[in-house]
Amino acid sequence: MRKLVKYLKNYKLNLTLGPLAKLTEAIFELIVPLVMSDIIDNGIDGDGGLEYVLSRGAIMVALGVMGLACALTCQYLAAKCSQGFGTELRNDLFRHINTLSFKELDKFGTPSIVNRLSSDVNQLQYMVAMLIRLVIRAPFLVIGAAVMAMTINLKLSLIFIAATPLIAVVLYFIMSRSIPRYKVVQQKLDKISQVTRENLSGVRVVRAFSEQEYEKERFDKSADELTRGAIVVGRISALLNPATFVIINAAIIAILWFGGKLVNTGEMTQGEVFAFVNYMTQISLALVVVAQLVVTITKAIASGARVVELLDATASVTDDGNTEIDTSVDAPAVKFDHVSFGYNEGKYTLTDLDLTVPRGASVGVIGGTGSGKSTLVNLLARFYDASEGSVSLFGADVRKYPLKQLRRTVAYVPQNTMLFSGTIRSNLLMGDKNADDETLWKCLETAQAASFVREKKNGLDSKVVQGGKNFSGGQRQRLAVARALVANAKILVLDDSSSALDFATDLAMRTAINATRGDTTLFIVSQRATSLKDCDAIVVLDGGVVAGVGKHDDLLKTCDVYREIYLSQTDGGARQ
Amino acid sequence: MNMKEIVKRLAKYIAPYKGYVALSLISAVLSVAATLAAPVCIGNAIDYIVGPGNVAFDTVAVFMMIIGGTIAVGGIFQWTLSLATNKLAFLAVNEMRKQLFAHIDRLPLSYIDSHAHGDLITRMASDIEQISNGILQGFSQLLTGIFTIAGTLGIMLAIQWQVALVVIVITPLSLFVATFVAKHSNAMFRKQSDAQGKLGGYSEEMLEGGRIVAAFGYEEEAQKTFEEIDSVLYKYGVKSQFYSSLTNPCTRFVNNIVYAAVGIVGAVIAIVYGSMSPGTLSTFLIYANQYTKPFNEITGVITELQTAIACARRVFAVMDEPEESSDAYLPEIGECLGTVEFDDVCFGYSPDKPLLQHINVNAQNGKKIAIVGPTGCGKTTMINLLMRFYDVDSGEIRVSGAPVKSVKRSSLRGQFGMVLQDTWLFEGTVRENISYGRRDATDDEIIAAAKAAHAHGFISKLADGYDTVIAESGGNLSQGQRQLLCIARIMLTRPPMLILDEATSNIDTRTEMRIQKAFAEIMKGRTSFIIAHRLSTIRDADLILVMKDGNIIEQGKHEELLQKGGFYKELYESQFKRSAF
Repeated sequence: MRKLVKYLKNYKLNLTLGPLAKLTEAIFELIVPLVMSDIIDNGIDGDGGLEYVLSRGAIMVALGVMGLACALTCQYLAAKCSQGFGTELRNDLFRHINTLSFKELDKFGTPSIVNRLSSDVNQLQYMVAMLIRLVIRAPFLVIGAAVMAMTINLKLSLIFIAATPLIAVVLYFIMSRSIPRYKVVQQKLDKISQVTRENLSGVRVVRAFSEQEYEKERFDKSADELTRGAIVVGRISALLNPATFVIINAAIIAILWFGGKLVNTGEMTQGEVFAFVNYMTQISLALVVVAQLVVTITKAIASGARVVELLDATASVTDDGNTEIDTSVDAPAVKFDHVSFGYNEGKYTLTDLDLTVPRGASVGVIGGTGSGKSTLVNLLARFYDASEGSVSLFGADVRKYPLKQLRRTVAYVPQNTMLFSGTIRSNLLMGDKNADDETLWKCLETAQAASFVREKKNGLDSKVVQGGKNFSGGQRQRLAVARALVANAKILVLDDSSSALDFATDLAMRTAINATRGDTTLFIVSQRATSLKDCDAIVVLDGGVVAGVGKHDDLLKTCDVYREIYLSQTDGGARQ
Repeated sequence: MNMKEIVKRLAKYIAPYKGYVALSLISAVLSVAATLAAPVCIGNAIDYIVGPGNVAFDTVAVFMMIIGGTIAVGGIFQWTLSLATNKLAFLAVNEMRKQLFAHIDRLPLSYIDSHAHGDLITRMASDIEQISNGILQGFSQLLTGIFTIAGTLGIMLAIQWQVALVVIVITPLSLFVATFVAKHSNAMFRKQSDAQGKLGGYSEEMLEGGRIVAAFGYEEEAQKTFEEIDSVLYKYGVKSQFYSSLTNPCTRFVNNIVYAAVGIVGAVIAIVYGSMSPGTLSTFLIYANQYTKPFNEITGVITELQTAIACARRVFAVMDEPEESSDAYLPEIGECLGTVEFDDVCFGYSPDKPLLQHINVNAQNGKKIAIVGPTGCGKTTMINLLMRFYDVDSGEIRVSGAPVKSVKRSSLRGQFGMVLQDTWLFEGTVRENISYGRRDATDDEIIAAAKAAHAHGFISKLADGYDTVIAESGGNLSQGQRQLLCIARIMLTRPPMLILDEATSNIDTRTEMRIQKAFAEIMKGRTSFIIAHRLSTIRDADLILVMKDGNIIEQGKHEELLQKGGFYKELYESQFKRSAF
C-alpha cells in the first residue's frame, strides 16, 4: 500500500484542508440544535423576546451559509485530489505495463490488466475522495453528537451509549451479509450473459441438433437462480431501514421518559430534551455513512492489493546497462545454441534447439499445431528469454542488446495480425516514423496490398478501426507485412502471416519479398509445405524438438515427419 | 413505440403480481404515515415536559405508547414494502427475460447473423436489470417520496398553516438544487464514462497488440496517447465527481435554511400570538429536517425511470422482431433416402444483392459432394439453405424427396451432422460438450467417439480428463483441439448425412488425414457435403461443384475437371506452384 500512498504526496494541501473544512461544517451542524434549543428556552419559554429569536435565527442562517461554503471547498479539493491521484496512478501503471515482458503479461491476461487499470483504480479514487469527505466528518458527527449529549446531561447520554453500538452492530450485520451475496448475484447475471452469448454464437449448432428446448431450460434455470439470488439479497437488505428506524425511535421513547423525569426534578430543561432527540436523529444518519465508508474502504483495500500486485511485477526481460552493438561484424545472422524454452516451468515447448543461419538466408519453420514454431521466432526479438542456452544475432547474445536496437533489428509479423485504430499510414509508420510516401507505397506493393489501398477513396489515409476489423483477414495480413517491410530491418519474421491469403497471392507476396529483401535474413513460419519449398533451409519441428533441418529435396528423403506433412498436403496424401 | 405503450407493456409483466402491487401500495402509505406521525407524537410529548414539577407523566406515557405503536407499524410496513417491491420487480423481469430468450431462440438466423451479439447480450443482461431497478425504485422510493412530501405538507398545514407557508415558499429552492445537481452531474458522468470507455478500449488495444507495440518500439507513442486520453478523463472526472458530491451539502444547506426559517417564524408566532407551543415547534423542526430528502430521491428515481423506459424500449424492439415461420403443423420428414436436390435455387442475403443464381444440384444417396471456390462465392450459403437456416428466394430444395419447406425444421436438421470452421463449445465439461447432440450416450460411447475424432489423446492429458470444464472462450484449448471436440460430437450422433464446412482447417495436416479416414468409415454409404480450402482433401469426391460468384461454373470428378483445364485446374495448380526463391 505504501506504493500507492506516494501518489498522494502532491496533494498534502487537499488532504489536510479538505477534512478540516468538512470538520468545520460538522461543528456548525452540531451547534445548530443548541441555538434552536436556546431559542425555545430563552426566546419562547424565557424572556428573550423577538429580538433574541431574530438574532439567534440570523446566527443559524450564517452557520448554514458558512457550512455550505466549507462543504463545497472540501468537495472540490476532494475531487481534484482523488482524480489527480487516479490519473497519475493510471499513467504510471500503463508505463509500467509497457516495460513488462510477455511472460508477465500472459500471466495477468489482458482483461485482468484492463480491469486493474480501470475499475480497481476507480475504486481507489473513490476511497480517496470518501476519506477526504467523510473520514473526519462521519465519526466526528457520531462522537460529537454523543459528546454534546454528555455535556447536556451525563445520565441521559447513557441511552446514546447504548443505542449507538446497537445501530452499528445492526448495520454491520446486514451489510456484511448482503455484500457477498451481491457478488453472487453479479455472477449469476454474468451467467445469463454467457448462456445468451453461447446461444447466439452457436445458433447453427443449437438448431442443427434441434436443442432449443434444452437451451431454454438451461437459460430458465439460470434466470430463476438469478431471481432467487436477487430476492434473497433484497430480503436481507430490506431489514436495514426498519431496524434502524425502530432502534432510533425506541431510543427516543427512552429519552422522553427519562428526560421527562430529569426535567421534573429540574436537572434538565425542555429545550435540552428536544436537543437530545435531535442528536439521536443526527447520529443515526452519520452511522449509515460510517457503515458505507467501512464498505468502501474494504473494497478499495482489495483493489489496492490488485493494483500493487501489477506494480510489483518486474520485467523478466530487461536491458539494463546494455550498449549499442555493432551488427556489421562478420558473424551468422542468427544462432540458437542449445536453446530450451517453456512458458511454464518444467514443461518445455522447445527443447535443445541448435541452429545457425547465415546472413541473408531464408529459413522456413514447419510443424504441427503446438510443435513450437511460433515459440522459436518469439525468442529472436526477446519476447521471451530462453530458459536454457542462448540466442545470438550477429555474434552477440540477444540479452546484450539494448531492447530498442534489438527490436529495430528484427521486424516481426505476428500470427494474429494486429492493426491499431488510426489510418493505414499511421499503422505503416509504426515501422519507421520517418518513412516517406514513396517507401510506404513500395512496401505495400511488395506486400501485395497496394491495389486495395489504392482503391480506397482516402488511400493511405483510410481509416482503420480497432483491431483493423474494417479490413478482411487477408487484407490485414498484407498490411501487417507491409508495416514490417517499412521497418527495413536486418531480420524479417513472418509468423504464419499468409494463412488467410489464397495460394496465388501468397506466392506473389513471397516472390516480391524475396526479390527486394537484399541481405535481410528471412524467417517464414508456415503450415503449408509448398510455401517453404524454396527456402535455403527448412526447420522441421515435432513436439518442440527438431526433427530435421535441410533443403526441401533432402528433407523429403531423410525426414519422416516432413515427408508426411508434405504428402498430406499434396497429391500423395490422397493416394495413401 | 411511445412511452405510453411501453408502460402498458411493462404493466402486463407486473399484472400477475397484483397482490404484491397492492401490498407495496398499502405498505408505502402506512409506513409513510407512521414515519410522519412519530414526530407529531414526539412533539406532543415534549409539550408535557415543561419544567421542574411540571411534567405530566401520565400523558407522556400515553404518547410513548402511541409512539411505540407507530414505530411498530412503521417498522413492519417499511419491511413489507421492501419485500413486496423486491419480489414484484425481480419476478416480473424474470418472466421478461425468459420470454426474450425464447424469442431469440425462434428468431430467424438472418436477424442473429446481422445484429451485433454484444448488443443483444446487453439487452438481455443489463437492460433488463435496469428495468427491474426502475420498477423497484418506482414502487418504493417514488411512492414513499411523493407520499412523504404530500403528508409532510398536509400535516404542517394542519398544525400551523403560517409556518407551513414558509416551508412551501422555500420548496422551489430544493427543487432547483436537486435538478441543477442532477442535470450537471448526469451530463458530466456521461462524458466521464465515454472517456473511461475510450481509455479502457485503448489499453485493451495496446495490450492485445503487445507484440507489435514491443516489436516496433511503440511504447512512448502509446504512453503519450494514453496520457492524452487520461487527461480528458481527469477533466471530466473532477467535474462529475464534484457535481455529484454537491447533493449532500446542498441538501443540508437547504435543510438548514428551512430549519432556520421554521425556527424563526415559529418562535415569532409563539411569542407574538402565543398560538404555537415549543412542542409543536419541535415537531415542525423535525419535519423541516426531513423535508428536502424526498426531493433528491425523487429526482434520482426519475432519472432511473427514464433509463428503465429507454431500456424497455430496446428489449421490446427485439421481442417485436418477427419469428421464424411456425412449423408446428408440418409433418416429420420421412425415412432418410440420402438424396438432396437443389432445383433452380436463387438466393441473396439482401434483396438488392442476389448471391446464388439458378443453382441445380442432384446428390445421389451415399455420394460425397465437394463444394470449392474462392471466398465469398456462396459455398457456405448452400449449407445455410440446405439446413434451412435461411429460406430460398425462389426454386426448391428437396431432401429425401421432400421439399424442405414442407417438413419440420428439427426433423430436417436431424438428418445432417454438421461441423463448421467456427467451433462452438459451451461452458461445461468435455463430456457434456461431446454428448451435446445425444445426452443419453454412455461413457464408453463418448470415449469411442473421441477416439474416432483423434481427441482422446489430448483429452486424457487434460487435468480432469473428460470432466475438465471448458472455459467460456475455450481459452484452455487450442483451435485445433476445439475442432476435434466438435468432430467427436458428430462421431457420437452418427447422423444419416454429413456436412463439413472447413471442418479441419485449424488442424494440422497429419491429424487431418487421420480424421478423414475416420470420417470415411462412418460415412460409408451416407451422403456428405464437404467444403474445403485444401483441394487435396476432396480429390476423391464423387462430385465436385466449382463455384464462382454465386454460380456453379463447373462440376464433375477431379480428373475430369483437371482435364477440362478450366477454373478448377487453375485453383488446384496455384496450390503447388513454387515461388521463385
